[in-house]
Amino acid sequence: MSNNVSRRTFIQGSATAGVVVSGAGAILANTEEAWALSTEVLSGDTALSILIMARTLYPHDFLGDQYYAEVVANLDEQAKTDSSLVDKLDNGVKELSKVIESDRTYNVPFKDQSSGLQLQNLKRIDGSDFFETVRGATLAGLYGNPRVAALFGWEGSSVEHGGYINRGFNDIGWLPKS
Amino acid sequence: MTKKFDLNDDSVVVVIGSGAGGGTLGNELSQKGINVVCLEAGKKLSLDDIENDWGAMFGKLSWVDKRQGTGDLLAGLPLWVCKTVGGTTVHWAGASLRFKDHEFRARSKYGEIEGANLLDWPIDPNEMERFYSMAEDKMGTTGTHGIPRLPGNNNFQVMEYGAKAIGYNDVHTGNMSINSQPRDGRPGCHQIGFCMAGCAIGAKWSTLYTEIPKAEATGRFELRSESMVLKINHNKEGKATGVVYVDADGNTHEQKARVVAIAGNSVETPRILLNSESNMFSDGMANSSGQVGKNFMRHMTGTVYGTMPGAVHFDRGTQMAGIVMDESGHDDSRGFAGGYYMQTLPGFGLSAIAGNIGNMSVDSPGKWGRNYTREVVENYKNMAGMWLVGEDMPQEKNGVTLHSSEKDQYGLPIPVVHFEDHPNDVVMRNHAFKAGSAVYQAGGSKKQYQLPPFPSTHNLGTCRMSADARDGVCSSTGATHDISNLFISDGSSFTTGAAANPTLTIVALAIRQAENMSKLLSQNSI
Ligand SMILES: Cc1cc2nc3c(=O)[nH]c(=O)nc-3n(C[C@H](O)[C@H](O)[C@H](O)COP(=O)(O)OP(=O)(O)OC[C@H]3O[C@@H](n4cnc5c(N)ncnc54)[C@H](O)[C@@H]3O)c2cc1C
Ligand code: SF4
Repeated sequence: MSNNVSRRTFIQGSATAGVVVSGAGAILANTEEAWALSTEVLSGDTALSILIMARTLYPHDFLGDQYYAEVVANLDEQAKTDSSLVDKLDNGVKELSKVIESDRTYNVPFKDQSSGLQLQNLKRIDGSDFFETVRGATLAGLYGNPRVAALFGWEGSSVEHGGYINRGFNDIGWLPKS
Repeated sequence: MTKKFDLNDDSVVVVIGSGAGGGTLGNELSQKGINVVCLEAGKKLSLDDIENDWGAMFGKLSWVDKRQGTGDLLAGLPLWVCKTVGGTTVHWAGASLRFKDHEFRARSKYGEIEGANLLDWPIDPNEMERFYSMAEDKMGTTGTHGIPRLPGNNNFQVMEYGAKAIGYNDVHTGNMSINSQPRDGRPGCHQIGFCMAGCAIGAKWSTLYTEIPKAEATGRFELRSESMVLKINHNKEGKATGVVYVDADGNTHEQKARVVAIAGNSVETPRILLNSESNMFSDGMANSSGQVGKNFMRHMTGTVYGTMPGAVHFDRGTQMAGIVMDESGHDDSRGFAGGYYMQTLPGFGLSAIAGNIGNMSVDSPGKWGRNYTREVVENYKNMAGMWLVGEDMPQEKNGVTLHSSEKDQYGLPIPVVHFEDHPNDVVMRNHAFKAGSAVYQAGGSKKQYQLPPFPSTHNLGTCRMSADARDGVCSSTGATHDISNLFISDGSSFTTGAAANPTLTIVALAIRQAENMSKLLSQNSI
């Protein structure tokens, strides 16, 4: 862990999500938003690519990257006990890094592609096993995060607050009186 | 106080399942002085185990033993039902409606419908009146017995406004087996909003904390949880003699029985009969008609979400306390037989809505991307939601069979559940989708999403009642036509489905069955 902390310091000053590779794992850090993600199993390239993919699938301008980074952290956690997941994600990112034109195919790392190209590539693989794995992980990890869901009006557990009986279960104000 | 019965005690009634049917039957019998052993596959939870967390509660409550869905069903999870003490009454929403008279006479009223295996119930609707009333009293159903209706939450008010604006009249907060005020030692509803994750304060009726403790208090009822029934044994006269089950430690036992009553919900009930084949009953027990596992019904269902011009916060308050009843009659001019209800239904949390609308609705702008998040996800708090539930047609091809090779953790063949809509179901669903969307449009909604059925929650008909032993599995009392001491005690016994949510009728029939069974026992005729 101390290793991770020093590496986090190492990239201080860079303005956008950067990546530092450390052995098998990686650290994604964004000093502007003051968050960092260290992965144990996923490579830096895969981790950052999936973060971008999650954000492109379910973009919300008011959400910082740290919430999307949690999706990557969840996948990294799962990958610790499921090595096939690592392969699936690595291969998926490799597929996304292909640029297919009518007369030729070449490679540009997904994370370095223009956002237009990233979107085009995601559409190309929509429905694949890899795509659905990351999409499912994003739905669960992003919208299932109570701090995120609260921003959309999901109010979470209510029993400890005595339910909504005195907290607006019938407070709708805008309906015309019938 | 809780009684323990000997495995060799062959004077007991063995009830399989502790949900709406089994929990009620067990309590009713023990109140009448009859000894009951209730075998329940699931664990026993307490109110302290109930959290306001959809995912966590799905994990704690659901039946996830392997099943295979075919036809219109989700392959991996064809049904949404519980494996826990209290059965699916821990999950249920509480809507408690009586059948209409004509719904007991579907064949006579609707006539011959191609592909539909319609029959009239062998029960006089007038006779049901008394049992419905007893069931409503037991469950504390609002709008009956002088019990006030629940207050309407925001989601209801949106539905009520739109429904009235387009000319519907019969609109209210429903007949809900949820206390609107303290009753029967349980509190009134606090509008917590997680009814279908289990009611953390016990305001909603569930056999877990009503029928079962009451039965235990008689000293004549033993609940054995984590006891999965494998098969029913019989003697050479063809009478049921005992029930084979596996306990929590994996040990197999046989509980002897004078009477066996099955209430495992409409997939497990026929599955137990089919697994109980023997030389004498090569097609499974009580199956001389060949109808065991056939005629599976799950109601015509669908969901409409509407994006409203202001905040609704549809997760707040009692989830299903809201109903439009105007479309529930039979009216040929709509182009389909039978009727349907609209009932309030929120969305089970942000991640479920964000997934379900994209995955299920053709009205969605895809499943992901900027348009999707803007139009769907970012409108979460403005959404209203309703469920559509109506009568579906029994069809012989829909049902439960045993998988030819795949086994579950108990070594039993997994059930294969097949369901395809009848054309009548499709016409009704389309009518209901339009009507539901119109309700929200009248309240200012510019965008609605129509979603096809979720995994089936109302599972019916797989061991149906019939007047003639050739047409069904059991008689009007639930006694199987073939085996006089073997009973069907859950929604499997439904001859047809009616439009109403089934549980009130399951409970009323269980009360009726207990009366009948106790008579037969005292006359020594079973
Ligand atoms: C989310 C949801 C909402 C619902 N809302 C409503 C509603 O508002 N109104 C309404 O009327 N209905 C509603 N229902 C349906 C209602 O829950 C069922 O109709 C009712 O619980 C069925 O009763 P049952 O006794 O047939 O089966 P269950 O209540 O499912 O009980 C069956 C029990 O048998 C046990 N079992 C099965 N097989 C075996 C075996 N081999 N050995 C031992 N035990 C076994 C199971 O573990 C289970 O506990 C809802 C259902 C769901 C899932
Ligand atoms: S809304 Fe009422 S019934 Fe539903 S969970 Fe809350 S207290 Fe229980």
